[in-house]
Amino acid sequence: MLSSPRKREPHWPPPDGAVLSSGRLANDKQVVRGRPSYFVDLTANHSRVTLTEFLDRVTALDDRARSLLASARSQAELEAARTELLGRKAGALTLLMKELPSLGADEKREAGGAVNRAKTTIESLLDERATELATSSRESRPVDFTLPGRRAWKGGRHPVTMVVEEIEGIFRELGFTIALGPEVETEWYNFGALNFPPDHPAMDMHDTLYLADNALLRTHTSPVQIRTLQQYPPPVRILAPGNVYRRDFFDASHAPMFAQIEGLSVDEGVSFVDLKATLTRFANALFGTARTRFRPSYFPFTEPSAEMDVECSLCHGSGCARCKNTGWMEILGSGMVHPSVLDASGVDSERYTGWAFGMGPARIAIERYGIPDIRILYDSDVRFLQQVNG
Amino acid sequence: MNASFNWLREFVDFDLSPAELRTLLTQRATTVDDVLPLRSDLSEIVVGRVLEAGRHPNADHLWVTKVDAGGGSLFDVVCGAPNVEAGRVYPFARVGAILPGGVKIEKRKIRGATSEGMLCSARELGLGTDHEGILALDTDAAPGTPLLQAMSVGDTRLVIDVMPSRPDLLSHEGIAREIAAAIGARLRAPKIARDRKGSTPGKATKGAAIPVTVEDRDGCPRYAGVRIDGVAVGPSPRWLAEKIEAVGGRSINNVVDATNYMLHGFGQPMHAFDADRIGGAKIIVRRAVQNEPIVTLDGVTRKLDHSMTVIADAERAQAIAGVIGGEGSEVSDSTTSIFLEVASFDPKRVRATRIKLGVSTDASYRFERGVDPEAIPRLLDYAAKMIIAVAGGAITGDVEDVKHERPAPPPVRLRVSRAALLLGDPIDSDEIKRLLKSVGFDLKQRSRGVFDVTSPSWRSDVTGEAEVIEEIARLYGYDRFSSDIRPFRPSRVPDDPMYLAVQRAQRACVESGLLEARPMPFVGASAGSKLRVRNPLAEDEAWLRPRVLDTLAKRIEYNFSHMQRDIRLFEIGTVFEPDGANELPREQMHLGIVVTGARRPPHFTDPSPPDWDEWDAKGLAESVVASLCEDVRLDAEDTGQNLLWTVKSRGKAIGVVRELEVDSPPWAGRVWGIEIDVGAATESAHRGKRYAAVPSMPAIDVDLALVVPDSTPASEVERVIRGSAGDLLESVGVFDEFRGSGVPSGFRSLAWRLTFRHAERTLRDREIQGRTARILSNLESELGIKPRSN
Repeated sequence: MLSSPRKREPHWPPPDGAVLSSGRLANDKQVVRGRPSYFVDLTANHSRVTLTEFLDRVTALDDRARSLLASARSQAELEAARTELLGRKAGALTLLMKELPSLGADEKREAGGAVNRAKTTIESLLDERATELATSSRESRPVDFTLPGRRAWKGGRHPVTMVVEEIEGIFRELGFTIALGPEVETEWYNFGALNFPPDHPAMDMHDTLYLADNALLRTHTSPVQIRTLQQYPPPVRILAPGNVYRRDFFDASHAPMFAQIEGLSVDEGVSFVDLKATLTRFANALFGTARTRFRPSYFPFTEPSAEMDVECSLCHGSGCARCKNTGWMEILGSGMVHPSVLDASGVDSERYTGWAFGMGPARIAIERYGIPDIRILYDSDVRFLQQVNG
Repeated sequence: MNASFNWLREFVDFDLSPAELRTLLTQRATTVDDVLPLRSDLSEIVVGRVLEAGRHPNADHLWVTKVDAGGGSLFDVVCGAPNVEAGRVYPFARVGAILPGGVKIEKRKIRGATSEGMLCSARELGLGTDHEGILALDTDAAPGTPLLQAMSVGDTRLVIDVMPSRPDLLSHEGIAREIAAAIGARLRAPKIARDRKGSTPGKATKGAAIPVTVEDRDGCPRYAGVRIDGVAVGPSPRWLAEKIEAVGGRSINNVVDATNYMLHGFGQPMHAFDADRIGGAKIIVRRAVQNEPIVTLDGVTRKLDHSMTVIADAERAQAIAGVIGGEGSEVSDSTTSIFLEVASFDPKRVRATRIKLGVSTDASYRFERGVDPEAIPRLLDYAAKMIIAVAGGAITGDVEDVKHERPAPPPVRLRVSRAALLLGDPIDSDEIKRLLKSVGFDLKQRSRGVFDVTSPSWRSDVTGEAEVIEEIARLYGYDRFSSDIRPFRPSRVPDDPMYLAVQRAQRACVESGLLEARPMPFVGASAGSKLRVRNPLAEDEAWLRPRVLDTLAKRIEYNFSHMQRDIRLFEIGTVFEPDGANELPREQMHLGIVVTGARRPPHFTDPSPPDWDEWDAKGLAESVVASLCEDVRLDAEDTGQNLLWTVKSRGKAIGVVRELEVDSPPWAGRVWGIEIDVGAATESAHRGKRYAAVPSMPAIDVDLALVVPDSTPASEVERVIRGSAGDLLESVGVFDEFRGSGVPSGFRSLAWRLTFRHAERTLRDREIQGRTARILSNLESELGIKPRSN
């Protein structure tokens, strides 16, 4: 049994008072097509016709078409002519074709060829005349060409996704692949394996949302480092985009959930120079030829740790209100993977070294589009999404 | 951590501006977030040069002057100061400027002479007490230069973001140590200034030393204290109060300010008890008794438990160790004897206690990061001298110092080759030695290229080779390392198949004209989630969503509330459900789509386009899913409760198409939702489509109008047509549904278009007629369906 869609009330009187059409398929049969169709009329009574008669009728049809089209003075008259000539049910050509079966096999081939040629001719004459009429009507009736063009709805990605994909693209060129991990993690993956000392002030930066004693919403994408290293032997070069959670109240600059991108490179002989080189290259690709600087920082899972800044795009390093007079914008945290993290993941920390970084694409989106309040990114107002995809 | 620029200069001589200091510390040690001039209330005062000064015609004690304050014009200023002199420069407040006291300068007449500004005295600017005359400046700065630029006025505060691993930087001494190492200067302790105008030395009412017993040795590795008798508690001398205020504190009294001086100056929290209020005149450091009460300095009565350490006297707890003091032994104006505590408490214990009690102090902040226990005797001595200097009195008896020796951590083995490997650029041994020694590390050569490194007592964070290498790197300078790309091996890790599926889903949605939303996955209880956050931020967001459509529906409502009627959103995100006995829930990546309102944008040729309907939703689902999965079918079998279709791939249900019930204003259209498990698309993530020859022969269309009972679904009719048409049938589809005249009720006329084609030749009519007849006869025999007669 087909489900019948709910009866629909027209409850949106648009400002001009017109009533919206129902959106259902029209009931009248329309179907006007350029190609003749064979609507099978099983009740038709076929009388015999000779080949000569048939060919004469084709010629007559051709003549009729030429005079009819020449005399058509409007699109409506042209449509009437089209129906008379090619109409699916009672068009002259259709009727003629219905006679075809009564001819002999050899005759049929010749007759069929003739009728097809006539059809092609009539169609092209119709098109020609239609173009002529359209041109002449444009000349006769004034058209305001400043009126807007007709558009379709345009789709688009969220600005944060655009930034994420741009970052992915840059790192893909540098030999990185994409890894994912769960958003609910155990204490061990989120903290323990990442060298967070228990009951340490380092935890203050990770105010955590818990589901159970040993199930929490991951506070960073770094657990993906552990999960990947457990599964794949080096060389590992991965990028791990994903959502992370903090117990932060939702305000203009904080959100309890936000996007993060983690990067990890582990192999023999990977060094701090590789970290600097790769991240500098990344910054140049994402921000143009901006200068970068690295300064000491602290993350339990990296040592040495470094924060990367790029030159403030507003003041170009001279200092302004946006960069708090430093001339720099903070972009990401990074560092050499702490040996205890490699050990916890089952990787020989004497043989392999690595570097990692983490960054918030939302902050870059906010910068790029000049968004004053982070909540705008979560509202999903269609006008905003259209704006950034415009 | 707030640091005072002037205070730092008492610890080390340097010739850097606040901005230069900021750069130096940020690049070598820890980030300086902000640099704040503390006298910004003087920002409107400029340097003014008096060009003429003459007697006021109507007043004996007033002068009429002409002042150049830059900008090309001169101001008439009436001045009452005896020391005004033509040719000299003074602080000048223009009309409109506000003085530190809040007075706004206005243009006015003084005894008939117009005055357009004010020449200021030191007191008026809060730069001293002198009000005998205006402040003559000794500067070459041009008239109009802001006073703050022309001379060093007031202090500058550095707001320093100290990372949790560096508690040694939570003091002026610690920061000065980094500065000294960077510029090659010597670190010193500031001279204790004997207070000249402050309180008089107290009477020597001597008691006896207060003995200390440490019962809780784990909670308190070291406890030192001394009794000082004869103190006079009173206001702090100006220099002391200024230091406390420069770091954002509030001056309380000389004794308390002196302990706070030690906290901010040297990073060691100290506590002064009123010695006369210590019951039994003894100190016991012990675990709190279960439910032991204490009224703390903030006036709150707190109940303690056995996990906490307290400083008690013979009778009761007088302070919560490392967190906050008690009201009972608070130093007051009538205090004459104090007991000064300088101790080291267990960081974990302090942290757990302050979290449990919900009270955080400057002291707990430092104790939970760790203080330097070795510095305790030196700092106690210094603090006692300072208290005596500002409050008078004298030490009674001996210093108590109870310590629980912990074995010193073994030295760290540092391989110079390992440093080179990890850092990428080699740094030679001598340079490494020089750098580490500059910040207090001790190095002993163990063998060629290997050192035993001993950390200074204030650097308990440096426990391994990696930490030592970090020290080398930061002191060497991160910016000095090369940043040239070196050869690398590409990843051995394949792209996560889910990532590839998500990419395809995203592309399909964007191509369908949908806009991406990124809401949070939290929902209220009504969504029927079984996963609750234990410590949610808000009750209406306490659950993890079981469906993406739950959060997308909220986005629809948000747009409705902003008067948006035409909405088309998609989201690809995680949904959660409990996973049996597993600790972690089951997570799935779902695609959600919601559409409502106009199907296309209005245009002047089409001002009211039709709304999205269920067929749009179905088609959208079909086209999006077709780019994700194989063998897709939308099943209308289990419909009901707004569920319209079940989306199936290879017979397995992977999603739904439904009508959504949302909070709609009366003008809103119906809302359609689609939810698909993107995980189902991962299997075919790498599979591409195959080439099929594009037809070159003409096709023949046959249109059939069939009268179909409502009880027979179109899919059945299609099945019979496909089964009867033979292999020349290229496609079949419904192009119209009609009810009305000529069609009996309970039936509809479905118009089908069948396209026949042969890959290599033109079809003959007869071939088609035969097939058409067979189709019609099968339809009649299997389903009882007849063509519609005209």
